[in-house]
Amino acid sequence: MSTTSVMGGIVRRKEDPALIQGKGMFVDDIKRSRELAVAFVRSPFAAATITSVDASAALELAGVHAVYTADDVRDLGLNPAQVAVGTLRPLLADGAVHHVGEAVAMVVADDRYVAQDAADLVYVEYEPGDVVIDLKEAFADTHQVHDGVSNTLLTWHGHAWWEGVVDLPDPSPGIQEAKERDDTVVVSLEMVNQRLLPTAIETRAVLADWNSGYGSVELWTSSQIPHAVAGAIGVMFGIPSNKVRVVAPEVGGGFGVKLNVYPDEALVCFASRELGRPVRWTETRREAGFSSTQGRGWIGTATITGTRDGKILGYELDAICDMGAYTQNLTVAVPLLGLFVAPGQYDIPTSYALHCVVTNTPTTDAYRGAGRPEAAYYLDRIIDTYAREIGMDPADVRKVNYWKPDQFPVNTAVGMTMDTGDYEMNLDALLDRVGYEDLKARRDAARAEGRLLGIGLSTYVEVCGFGPSALAGLGFSWAGYGLPAAFNGSGVVRVQADGTCTVTIGTGPSGQGHETTWAQIVADGLGIAMENIEVRHGDSLDSPMGTGTFGSRSIAVDGTATYEATKRVREKAATIAGHLLEAASEDIQFQDGGAHVAGSPDRSVSWAQIAESAYQPHTLPEGVEGGLESSVVFSPPNATWPFGSHMALVEVDPTTGDVDLLEYWATDDCGNVINPMIVDGQLHGGIAQGVAQALFEEAIYDDAGNLLTTSLIDYPLPAAGNLPMFSLDRTVTPTDVNALGVKGIGEAGTIGSAQTIVNAVVDALSHLGVRHIDMPLRPQRVWQAIEDGRK
Amino acid sequence: MEISVSVNGTDHRSDVEPRTLLVHYLREDLGLTGTHIGCDTGYCGACTVIVDGRTVKACTMLAVQADGQSVQTIEGVANGDELHPVQEGFWECHGLQCGFCTPGMIMSSIALLDSNDDPTEEEIRHGIEGNLCRCTGYHNIVRSVQYAGARIRGEEPQGASQEVSS
Ligand code: FES
Ligand code: FES
Repeated sequence: MSTTSVMGGIVRRKEDPALIQGKGMFVDDIKRSRELAVAFVRSPFAAATITSVDASAALELAGVHAVYTADDVRDLGLNPAQVAVGTLRPLLADGAVHHVGEAVAMVVADDRYVAQDAADLVYVEYEPGDVVIDLKEAFADTHQVHDGVSNTLLTWHGHAWWEGVVDLPDPSPGIQEAKERDDTVVVSLEMVNQRLLPTAIETRAVLADWNSGYGSVELWTSSQIPHAVAGAIGVMFGIPSNKVRVVAPEVGGGFGVKLNVYPDEALVCFASRELGRPVRWTETRREAGFSSTQGRGWIGTATITGTRDGKILGYELDAICDMGAYTQNLTVAVPLLGLFVAPGQYDIPTSYALHCVVTNTPTTDAYRGAGRPEAAYYLDRIIDTYAREIGMDPADVRKVNYWKPDQFPVNTAVGMTMDTGDYEMNLDALLDRVGYEDLKARRDAARAEGRLLGIGLSTYVEVCGFGPSALAGLGFSWAGYGLPAAFNGSGVVRVQADGTCTVTIGTGPSGQGHETTWAQIVADGLGIAMENIEVRHGDSLDSPMGTGTFGSRSIAVDGTATYEATKRVREKAATIAGHLLEAASEDIQFQDGGAHVAGSPDRSVSWAQIAESAYQPHTLPEGVEGGLESSVVFSPPNATWPFGSHMALVEVDPTTGDVDLLEYWATDDCGNVINPMIVDGQLHGGIAQGVAQALFEEAIYDDAGNLLTTSLIDYPLPAAGNLPMFSLDRTVTPTDVNALGVKGIGEAGTIGSAQTIVNAVVDALSHLGVRHIDMPLRPQRVWQAIEDGRK
Repeated sequence: MEISVSVNGTDHRSDVEPRTLLVHYLREDLGLTGTHIGCDTGYCGACTVIVDGRTVKACTMLAVQADGQSVQTIEGVANGDELHPVQEGFWECHGLQCGFCTPGMIMSSIALLDSNDDPTEEEIRHGIEGNLCRCTGYHNIVRSVQYAGARIRGEEPQGASQEVSS
């Protein structure tokens, strides 16, 4: 297909007119008549046996319809969309609770106020037990979160995870030998990658309407994965998936927190079935700290062994990863995703041990980047430390160890094959644009005046665009009920009888602008105007079987499926147009809302005329079927491997420890770009989240397992005043695993940024003896590090 | 309790429970669901509306406190089919992604530009500090407000296409 200005062009979003006028429909904006509301009774203890639940007072309150406990819902079984490792989360706590805020009972009432009043009247008797919150303590296994089960669920090893799937390189060859050589240095750091609350501004919300007449249920949910939710509901309720309609309407941010099938999604369906009325639950912000998943939460030691001239001979990471009390959808897979990118952009022997450990806290799962920001953080922080140790520029150390462009596809030390890359070119593009040498001079001059300026660099590789359907064979939970376990992408392109076009895709966007980007792909292929293309998604019955939106996968997989479907529609339309125009179909060209014969623009038909013929089969040439529509399911041969280089300039106030982010530059490479405005927007948001991890955010628990940061006051998201404008640029290294040459951009900003900031702050303070400060770099911590360094 | 409120120029007489928050009154009694709820501590700004010319977080005010006042919500911002310059700015400059914070963000931006139609970047960032956005990193929101300011001042604004990286 030719590239027009539509493809690769800046196009205002089709999504926006509704959203800027307050007319976008989020779950909480959709109303059914006779709705009931839910409130949950939640545990105040992080570990306890439930001895009794007394709901009699609650049930006496006017307007209360039911109070349900584990006894009522046990028959539904466990939510099948959870990886079968460790202890899976029951729908409601069954005899014991394992974290503060775990749901013990569900109250259904006329409205939310009454439901909450009644929840306060449910009397639950607990026998509190010992809790394990600290990760190292949990790893030591002196006390088990789940009786008789080791807290360490499994350990991912850098050289064994993929066993039987691909041939593996020799486990971490030569690292021990390199350590013993006397011309090498070994640098090591223990670092915390703290727990975070993903915090989409729209909390989760669900609304179920069970219709016993039709034997079907409709569920509106703020989800990134409507098809997976439908599959799981079908399994739990024993009804076929074609009787379950799950709709994800406008979704107010996802970032991984809406990438689970949650107990409440099943519970509102249950209550609706039992009570014969629609049932709604909307998570409060405070509740989100218990009822939704959290992210990160690693503590680990990274070690580099290398020569004094910058050649890395071994990289090791040994980390404990907090799973929370229960494993859900991707809980144990998150560290695995980190392992996929363990050696980063480098041709270096790598040895990894990631221990998946449970604690008495809510579940962790994917949060923007999911394992990859953690992996990039440890690697890039230790490379920076190594560079400082041997007195080399951090950019130069990276260049010594990069894979070279002519080596691709490369097989990495952890058994992955990376598609395409040109890391040095990308880094040089950043350094040139920033004026690296001048910037360093500026930093040094400021330092001579006693000001603390620091430059931070990170260069990362990401893995996304999942993915080969063989991944499903690794035991992902959804494999238990077929689709969408196979990580397919799907796209249906249909030209309507009036010549407009409908595109239906299997993604679950939450702000990524799919309606616009997909319309660009189709507009480019068919020459139909953007405003005549409607893109639909997020309805498990009406959308093609898709996997949803996460892991920066949508464009590479569903986008490619749509591109192929467009091509097929175009081929058929060329046959029809050729017939109508009495020309060979090879001579038909599409442009400006119709088709014409190459070289004679006057011999043309509109899409409406082509479509009219398509839906009146007697007008079609012999052997051509009626209709003008194509449906494609695409499974790529490999994931994609975007990369990039980020740099920050910070100033630290020595008297307060305050970090001021002065400038931020990023040069990312996500392959071909369909809408640069949207791609840049994804980077802005991603970088903001990485900067926020570096400087502000942390989910804090006390020793008893109480989350102390349940409000936005205690858990400070960055506000406008905390961030600078971002200076972006890109290089373009297309992938060869899909026809669009696109890699994905949703998480890149987050993966590249946290360590960029920490590297910059350490750079500002290293001459004061500071080697590392754990995130978040709040003023008090930075000030303390300066004080300690001076001693 | 009986209250009478003017919302987007229409007078409403309603009977509300005294504990009903203004945001719930707008969303549930009047069906104006453009005003969103993102927190329970008055911190996110998703519920921002304009009451008698001042921005108010509608989750921090009771419906009964709005008795006798005039409220403007996101639904009352456009003039028929004609978008407000701030709405136009957010569309042009990709000032929204998921769009959940957007109604509140637009209301705060309108109030900011009402008092100063040529704010500096710093003044913009300060002016929308009570509104949190998790998607955009604020970069394009700042640009959207700058665009709207130029539009209001009668100058030629800069759209997203002027800046996006190549
Ligand atoms: S909902 Fe009102 S400030 Fe968050
Ligand atoms: S656009 Fe999603 S929170 Fe602002």
